[in-house]
Amino acid sequence: MGIRVLAAMSGGVDSATAAARAVDAGHEVTGVHLALSQNPQSYRTGARGCCTLEDARDARRAADVIGIPFYVWDMADRFKRDVVDDFVAEYAAGRTPNPCLRCNEKIKFEAVLDRALALGFDAVCTGHYARIDASNGALMRAADDGKDQSYVLAVLTSDQIKHAMFPLGDTPKALVREEARDRGLLVADKPDSHDVCFIADGDTQGFLARQLGTAPGKIVDADGTTLGEHDGAYGFTVGQRKGLRLDRPAPDGNPRYVLSIEPVSNTVTVGPAAALAVSEITAVRPVWTGCPPPLSPIECSVQLRAHGEVYPCVAWLAGDELVINLRTPARAVAAGQAAVLYDGDTVLGSATITAAR
Amino acid sequence: MSTSPVIYLDHAATTPMLPEAIGAMTEELAQLGNPSSLHNAGRRARRVVEESREQLAEVFGARAGEVVFTGGGTEADNLAVKGLFWSRRAADARRTRVLTTAVEHHAVLDSVRWLCDADGAVADWLTVDACGLVGADVLRAALSRDPSSAALVSVMWANNEVGAVQPVASLAAAAHEFGVLFHTDAVQAAAQLPVDFAASGADAMSVTAHKLGGPVGVGALILGRGTAPVPVLHGGGQERDIRSGTLDVPAIRAFAVAAVASARRRSAEASRVALLRDDLIRQVLRAVPDAILNGPPPGPDRLPGNAHFSFPGCEGDALLLLLDARGIACSTGSACTAGVAEPSHVLLAMGADESRARGSLRFSLGHTTAQGDIDALGACIGEAVTRARRAAGAAAR
Repeated sequence: MGIRVLAAMSGGVDSATAAARAVDAGHEVTGVHLALSQNPQSYRTGARGCCTLEDARDARRAADVIGIPFYVWDMADRFKRDVVDDFVAEYAAGRTPNPCLRCNEKIKFEAVLDRALALGFDAVCTGHYARIDASNGALMRAADDGKDQSYVLAVLTSDQIKHAMFPLGDTPKALVREEARDRGLLVADKPDSHDVCFIADGDTQGFLARQLGTAPGKIVDADGTTLGEHDGAYGFTVGQRKGLRLDRPAPDGNPRYVLSIEPVSNTVTVGPAAALAVSEITAVRPVWTGCPPPLSPIECSVQLRAHGEVYPCVAWLAGDELVINLRTPARAVAAGQAAVLYDGDTVLGSATITAAR
Repeated sequence: MSTSPVIYLDHAATTPMLPEAIGAMTEELAQLGNPSSLHNAGRRARRVVEESREQLAEVFGARAGEVVFTGGGTEADNLAVKGLFWSRRAADARRTRVLTTAVEHHAVLDSVRWLCDADGAVADWLTVDACGLVGADVLRAALSRDPSSAALVSVMWANNEVGAVQPVASLAAAAHEFGVLFHTDAVQAAAQLPVDFAASGADAMSVTAHKLGGPVGVGALILGRGTAPVPVLHGGGQERDIRSGTLDVPAIRAFAVAAVASARRRSAEASRVALLRDDLIRQVLRAVPDAILNGPPPGPDRLPGNAHFSFPGCEGDALLLLLDARGIACSTGSACTAGVAEPSHVLLAMGADESRARGSLRFSLGHTTAQGDIDALGACIGEAVTRARRAAGAAAR
């Protein structure tokens, strides 16, 4: 039996096809485009972003072709507060945030979902590539491994997933494009979006510098020896090699990498690749959607960044914290990213990384 | 797609074409001829245009020679505001001031703003009262501050959002006391009120076909004799060199047929529609006791087909979605290109705060409205408001 579905439509091929599939499945579907920028011109234009006037028009056109009502919801204030400001604050605190994940958590499946439920809808549908296990409501990787987006959805709670619908999870992207073409959706050949939608020129460092100003500080090695200067510790990510502008090469001649970022002293520590190896991770704010909170250590695997490698691990709860022991060392683990635990294709839970050793 | 029958309460956006207008237009579409051509086909087309012009002039209390056809109300407003500003300033360089209100339709509002931004005009915004009305004394005071700097006064006959009917004749008289031209946008008024150009004393008046049962895409600027705006569109010199472009004969024919038919029924229709509108207000206030009726009280200061409410604690666009899902078509009264609901500039100008301006809906009635439409709205507005309030509460978290 059909339910009332609110389809979030970015103006891209995936969300349009997802909305069409929800209609085919017999649901009563209403399309909504989220206006995320207070000044639409300032976000990425054309095919690359998800927040421009052109995208709103594309979404509207797709909704017309599918034959569903369509509205634009102004989420600019919420997006600025919960995603953009958070993004800047996280970098300022020496962490490396994932704004897409944050947008799913706070905008699509909180602000939009709450409003949708209050208005009488039963679910929010998006074009994400992920699956939901019908037997237990757990989030699962998409059938198309290359497009899988379960990582950026893994912060959702069971309650959020219960009201989520991802109609594309079982289909390879290439077939989705073909299907969109067959359905007469003009966005079928629109390129995939990349990068951070609210940074128009793609220059994250420049964006952060404009938001945070310059804050000169020291670049040191593990012993505390000063090797160089920087214009702001927020400009660095753990594992970064390029753009360090160090005066002298390492004694052994090997390249150096950012090992850690200390916001209070505004210090960036660098060292050899070997020092990036991580075998233990601490993470906070755990969310369990694929299993109950584990009472004893569990054998599983963990993914530490979007489209990143998967490591076998043992994970356990130590009070409010999640501790993850990697079976094989990972390289360059940045605080602020999510650690997502998987059992095969099933997301068990996730938490936000605070420390890696 | 919703299969429920449409309860259409958005006649101020556009109203269904009258059958006689559809008939006249369809018939004319099959005919040949450019009214500017000298041969037989051209003469035939020109005769249709000129007969239509005479009929429209009669309906609107003007002379045939005063009717300049345009592509609609927006074009008529642009031609009046820009064209008259340019011609007045060309005659006297000191005349750069345009007096208007903040409750005008965007066609006037943004034309004035553009003249200010791009062409050295100075806008003088006349204050409206809490009902959206501007008095002749306000205009007189503004003009007397520096009469020789005034180029033009533009005040709409009736407001498209809250239905406020301005005292156009007194405003025109006040403008003329200072020797200043007066333009009025009568796009909304012409559908529901007797609109007599000569009696109003206005120098220029915009009207459009699709608000009174004619087709979209044709309108007219009625220009008093001797009032010569600088053209906006240049080309073949049609319409006394004021508005170039081949005339759309079928649309003009249908405009005239619709205007004549609408004028013939206007008085009876206005009473009928006003009774339905009063019942709509009663039913909405019964279901939502704290709803606020915006604009003048029902009566001579308000368009008979207009009801406009603020629903405290609601977002207008959430209400619109919920009513749309029930097959009820209405409007938040303003929209920007991205489709993001902006708070109504009309309500803000009337002194409403932003939340009251955001939580507003316009219901506009017309010739196809029946009691069943009002009852359908009355049956579901209460629940829709309850839901929209819950959604606004969720958003505030």
